[in-house]
Amino acid sequence: MRLRFAVASSRKRALLSGFLLSTFTLFFFLVASSTESGAIPAFARKYGLPCSACHEAWPMLNVFGQTFKDNGYQLMNDRDSPIWQNPSYWPATFRITPHWHRESVNTVSVDTPAGANAGLSRISSNGFDLTGLDFHTGGTLYQNISFYVLPSSDATGAFHFETVMARIDNIAKSSWLNLKLGKYELDNIISEKRILTISNNGGVYHLYHFIPPGDSNIWGQMGDNQLGMELMGHSVNDRTRYSVSLLSSNDGTVGLPNRNAYSGFVTASQAFDAGYQGGVDRIGAYYFGGVAPTTAIMSGGAPILGVGNKGFNREGVFGLLYVKKLDFQIFYQHGSDSAFFGTSTPSNAPLPAGARSPIWNGVFVETHYVWNPQLLFIQRSEFIRMSQQAMAGTDPRLGDVDAFTFGYRWYPIMFSRAGFAWHNEYSVIRQHGTAPTGGNLASSSLMAGFDFDF
Amino acid sequence: MRTRSATRLTIFAVILLTALYGWGQETQSSEDQRLNLEAHVGKMTGQARVGQPIYKRFCIGCHGPLGDGQGENAQWIDPKPRNFTTATFRCRSTPTGTLPTDQDLYDTIGRGLVNSNMPHWLPLTNHDRVNLVAYVKHFSPRWLKEKSGTPIEIPKEPEPTADRIKVGQTLYQKLECWKCHGVEGRGNGPSADTLTDDENRPIRPFNFHDSEKFKCGTADWQMYKDFMTGLDGSPMPSFVDNVKPDEAWDLVFYLRTLQPMNSKEKQIAKQLGLKPIAGAAQPPANNPQ
Repeated sequence: MRLRFAVASSRKRALLSGFLLSTFTLFFFLVASSTESGAIPAFARKYGLPCSACHEAWPMLNVFGQTFKDNGYQLMNDRDSPIWQNPSYWPATFRITPHWHRESVNTVSVDTPAGANAGLSRISSNGFDLTGLDFHTGGTLYQNISFYVLPSSDATGAFHFETVMARIDNIAKSSWLNLKLGKYELDNIISEKRILTISNNGGVYHLYHFIPPGDSNIWGQMGDNQLGMELMGHSVNDRTRYSVSLLSSNDGTVGLPNRNAYSGFVTASQAFDAGYQGGVDRIGAYYFGGVAPTTAIMSGGAPILGVGNKGFNREGVFGLLYVKKLDFQIFYQHGSDSAFFGTSTPSNAPLPAGARSPIWNGVFVETHYVWNPQLLFIQRSEFIRMSQQAMAGTDPRLGDVDAFTFGYRWYPIMFSRAGFAWHNEYSVIRQHGTAPTGGNLASSSLMAGFDFDF
Repeated sequence: MRTRSATRLTIFAVILLTALYGWGQETQSSEDQRLNLEAHVGKMTGQARVGQPIYKRFCIGCHGPLGDGQGENAQWIDPKPRNFTTATFRCRSTPTGTLPTDQDLYDTIGRGLVNSNMPHWLPLTNHDRVNLVAYVKHFSPRWLKEKSGTPIEIPKEPEPTADRIKVGQTLYQKLECWKCHGVEGRGNGPSADTLTDDENRPIRPFNFHDSEKFKCGTADWQMYKDFMTGLDGSPMPSFVDNVKPDEAWDLVFYLRTLQPMNSKEKQIAKQLGLKPIAGAAQPPANNPQ
């Protein structure tokens, strides 16, 4: 899911073609395997509620589903402990999406059969395909003690742990004290793991993964699940909520790849009823910052331990606004990395003359028109603008992103045993100055398929 | 002959179709009329038509598209979801047999029902909940013909004392609460296994040791209300004709001593060394002589 953009300096462009193709392939591969979400028919089966009770359209949560999640997957009706369940109940769900898709990139450096560079070409490919498989299991172990384990595979079936966490809720009988430990999604109210768009380009919020061209900080991606511990609290009706996470700055990679590097994620939000019907409105703010390694100790030519920590930060505001059948998700981010990251310089080496922190601002607006719980139309417009490049002489617009996604989801069935959707989507992204020619790099995705979970 | 038969058949068919059409129109008209129902809670006005999509999103799985408690999940749920078509509701502030107030239904939606699958819907907006109340009302024609009952008066709550708790315990025996709820209030009285609700489905009496909440709330006044209004649709009757207001408070205080949390009533009971009631009088010893 990491979106790495081309290094733009002219001297590196010669190396760019192969890198772009491999990046495109990697991006395609990672995004195709990243449709994990929190749509859990197992919860619906447990409580006998339709999908639409918790999901505006699965997997996106509505206010009731968010409250359920914030209560540690409990309805708080004294029937949450598994002791109340039929012993045969097994809280497991899988999700996978067979689909057809077409991917297109406007400028890719291609090789001859002999391996020599043959120049630039537009690459388009289409065909039938699979996403990865997400195998969700989660729920209560006891009243106020719950867990979530999500082994997730890529499209070839190679698994990793996307989420593994346990949580204790309502400590001292207070909804303001809930503790979570493990690998989990950051407390993003606009959740990428519950995103309604799933194509290669549209399946991510680019702002959640943005890395300026030439920047080496892959650790500050708030869209990736992270390893850490979270203290979270909320009012009984979930109108007011906060969370504080202490994270290892390793982007969720297990095995302690980074030494003594920590970051933090803090968010708070307030919901209210603006009176336009359709849902509960919410506004909030977040901060994600810390330190992460700029280089690594090597052994046998391979990195074994990240060292040389430098800082990064992303902060901003978000909002959910409802007007009858329309709703808007609005997200703003101001981001910055250390100049060491910005210039890909190890901390034990001198910075290039004039190096400075790269700074950017970005916003996206996602709109849903919910015709009814079984049919909704989606659009998202996303814009990222560099406000300061790491090197003063760099094109000020290098790395700017424009991304647009349109689609609809139709759920021919929606009940408490399974979810099934016909999904159709088109998404296009354009990044300024990162094509091998120095022009804009553009790619598009068109996909249609069956998205289901059981 | 054949022509005459055909004519008769045609006339019969026309009459039948006209009757069916008329019945359909009436049904449609009644449905339209009911969809115009409103609910009023504080300064908010709910409308059944606005509540319809909210009901379809959140409630239909259990209560069903017709509001008859026959949603697709009803078969798996115990206690069964409420049947709105009869307009019989447990948690009310109104006398037994009468319709609840809109506020009663609004409160139930927001509070949920303990020991059931009905969660609290507090996360919804207040307007959504009041619109839901209007839509819930539309399922029963009773709301077109009857008005809600007048809420009962709840006198000021007195202080719990040792004497009051002892009186409450005596009442628990005298009113034969133990027959259903058991001598220790564990819902295992001698009649417990025979109880059915108004749709003839088995129903368990409330186990006071199970929860810090009561069926219709957490506060003492809500328990008081349950005694005086009864839980319509269940075997729990109204005691308004058998119990004086003061006595009802005494019962509340006694029941508090049975609940799992630490309370003032429980401390008093501990100091008193309160033992469970004896239940039925012991049968006389069988004397062989």
